[in-house]
Amino acid sequence: MAERPVFLNLLRIYLPPSGWVSILHRISGALLFLVIPLGVWALSVSLSGEVGFRSIAERFAHPLARLSLLLLLWAFAHHYLGGVRHLALDVHWGTDLQRARRSSLAVLLAAGLVTLLAAWRLFA
Amino acid sequence: MKSAGGSHTGTGTWLLQRATAVALALALPGLMIYFLAALPADFAGWQALFAPLWLRVLILLTMAALAFHAWVGMRDILMDYVHPTGVRLALLLVVIVTLAGSLAWLGAILFGATWGAS
Repeated sequence: MAERPVFLNLLRIYLPPSGWVSILHRISGALLFLVIPLGVWALSVSLSGEVGFRSIAERFAHPLARLSLLLLLWAFAHHYLGGVRHLALDVHWGTDLQRARRSSLAVLLAAGLVTLLAAWRLFA
Repeated sequence: MKSAGGSHTGTGTWLLQRATAVALALALPGLMIYFLAALPADFAGWQALFAPLWLRVLILLTMAALAFHAWVGMRDILMDYVHPTGVRLALLLVVIVTLAGSLAWLGAILFGATWGAS
């Protein structure tokens, strides 16, 4: 029996791709939740009039705001694709180990690809 | 043990999470395409994008689905990671107030007095 308590080094635990999809689904979901009131606020200001519209447009022009937007786009892409995968698993589609592993890799890669494309659109 | 934040509600919320997921998966890309296809550079164009009534209804319904979806998700997260019952309930209350407030605020923006005046 090992000594208790056991201190696990989270960075050294091997997490399979489906595990990464799962934990990132939670993190991205929490992130998207946090940004809901912020989005409503931005919409409110942008529709309040000429001045408000320009102030929001200027905020979005800032590189740091674009970087945040990029992070949110990744969160949305990952959460969306991971969610679709989850719905497929719910109806027992692709539940065997090999296909589940491949679909989880596909989610990670596709979300990354979407983020790269968005980065190119936002910064190039 | 009964879980704080709603006991015997597991299947119902599970189904709610899935149903809202499907609704959001269909509505959000549609809305994104609508806005990105005609992203205007000035206020008048931006305001005009929100003029159709069906669009404003769609946005508010999507937000309602999002609120329920986020509530279930945040509830799952809180149940897994926050164990002291008092803290968990307090955070769950913050989540609910945030989501209900956002939904009400969005409703006011989309159907408020400014739209009647313009």
